[in-house]
Amino acid sequence: MSGRISRDEAAHVARLARLRFSDDELDELAAQLSAVLDHAADVEALDVSGIEPTSHPQPLTDVTRADEVRPSLSRDEVLAQAPSVAEGQFRVPPILGEAP
Amino acid sequence: MSGAEPGREAAVAGGWELVVGLEVHVELSTATKLFCGCANRFGDEPNTNVCPVCLGLPGSLPVVNAAAVDFAMRLGRALGCEVRPAVFARKNYFYPDMPKDYQISQYDQPTSIDGSLELAGGHVVGIERAHIEEDTGKTTHVGGGGRIHDAAYALVDYNRAGVPLVEIVSRPDIRTAEQARAYVRELRAILLSIGVSDARMEEGSMRVDANVSVRPAGSGELRTRCEIKNLSSLRSLGRAITYEARRHVDLWSSGERPRQETRHWDEAQGRTTPGRSKEDAEDYRYFQDPDLVPLSPSAEQVAAIDAALPALPAARRAELLAAGAGAVSASDAALLVERDQDALVRAAVAVGADPGLTATRVSNDLAVDDWSRVTPDGLAALIAMETSGRVTATQAKQVLAEMVEAGDDPVAIAERRGFQAMAGDDLAATVDQVIAGNPDEWQRFCSGDDADRKKLAGFFIGQVMRATRGRADGAAVNRLLQERAEPA
Repeated sequence: MSGRISRDEAAHVARLARLRFSDDELDELAAQLSAVLDHAADVEALDVSGIEPTSHPQPLTDVTRADEVRPSLSRDEVLAQAPSVAEGQFRVPPILGEAP
Repeated sequence: MSGAEPGREAAVAGGWELVVGLEVHVELSTATKLFCGCANRFGDEPNTNVCPVCLGLPGSLPVVNAAAVDFAMRLGRALGCEVRPAVFARKNYFYPDMPKDYQISQYDQPTSIDGSLELAGGHVVGIERAHIEEDTGKTTHVGGGGRIHDAAYALVDYNRAGVPLVEIVSRPDIRTAEQARAYVRELRAILLSIGVSDARMEEGSMRVDANVSVRPAGSGELRTRCEIKNLSSLRSLGRAITYEARRHVDLWSSGERPRQETRHWDEAQGRTTPGRSKEDAEDYRYFQDPDLVPLSPSAEQVAAIDAALPALPAARRAELLAAGAGAVSASDAALLVERDQDALVRAAVAVGADPGLTATRVSNDLAVDDWSRVTPDGLAALIAMETSGRVTATQAKQVLAEMVEAGDDPVAIAERRGFQAMAGDDLAATVDQVIAGNPDEWQRFCSGDDADRKKLAGFFIGQVMRATRGRADGAAVNRLLQERAEPA
């Protein structure tokens, strides 16, 4: 195990993803994440100068649609999925802090 | 407003200089959202323009709106940017305004980079980037009532989620609060002239955040900045920058330093307060969105956009000033371009109207929504009547108002209303009659100091106006009075 990711870093990532783990689980995940980074480091060791970075496996660009309105869902159907509804809107717990 | 420049006073007075960069979010006026066919429409009933894509339901896939890309590239070119291949990225955060738990944006490869914007006063502000992203839903905080255990909650409307935005990031080239306002005004004028947004600050289709810092004047360094949010008007923008600059100067002057943070402008209290964002909230873990392929505009596409761009406000102001040959003021030119009346004025000047008077008459007296009935020829004819003394300034304004309504020939309107040239001799005779009828006032007019003379000139002009039922030219009456008081 390379230890590229510490338990604290694993805890930080877990917190960003709103996941809670025990210390044992964090150690296990840190080891797994470190192994992933080890693999990335292997790739990084290759000489890739002159190779275009690939963002997608398919050689596609500019896939677009025309700016034409399509029917939306019915509001009743949409709100039926929500655990709590008020005034035609999704009702959510009070939010601390602002949107990023 | 423009004379005070409170930002400059506050920040520069003590040897400090204001450093401001603006981030402006603009909603594009496409028919549909950025990644789905839901209507992009302000003011509809909540959650009526939503679908699996903008609600982030599992299995749904985004497809880019071609018009949004076209609008964004048009804006980029209008700002003099390089428009380049771009990649969409996910900005990850948890907040109920974004049901996918990420916002699709552009990160390290935005559509537009490296442009500039020239303010009406000539100052040039660099544009770092202008990238495409989707808007978030609208949250409304309800209840609370001050009691901590009250059943406070928030309501979320996703009609706005997925509406196409361009975020325009300026370089920190703004040095006064007035320049910040001028920047937003100019950007708005550009957006309107290229037709990509209605750019209404009060409706939220144009939202401005200000990055504010100060530095010792002329030092060139960049010190800790604060990002000010919740600026819903140009007035708020100016006040917030002035307040924040003063706060920074006070902190530095007393040996402290500002903290880099997001702050909220409180319009009622007239101050900024720290946001409550958590320390790790900035960790958005951007990565390329695997559901979307890159945009790769061709040189031909960009050339076609350039060819179709209309004349931009800065160029139109310059053209109008050139047509006016020094007689049109910069402020009239800015106003006329803003109101889309510059072409009318130039056309009237082209057929012989006096440039200065035409610009003044239109900017002062044609502030109406629909002036489509006023033709360049009609306007030129009116201005000719005014310059030749056929109608007075007051009468010209009345004729113009009727031209707006009826679109008639100004000569016909003037005749119908009985506005006609008061022959010089008639006017002189009337002035003499009024003088003869008010010997005491006339004595005081002739012997008084400047203030008396001014006051009494007003009295005599009023009397002449009454005698002529408003047909006299006030300036001409004044001239006659002065001549009679001091015979050459």
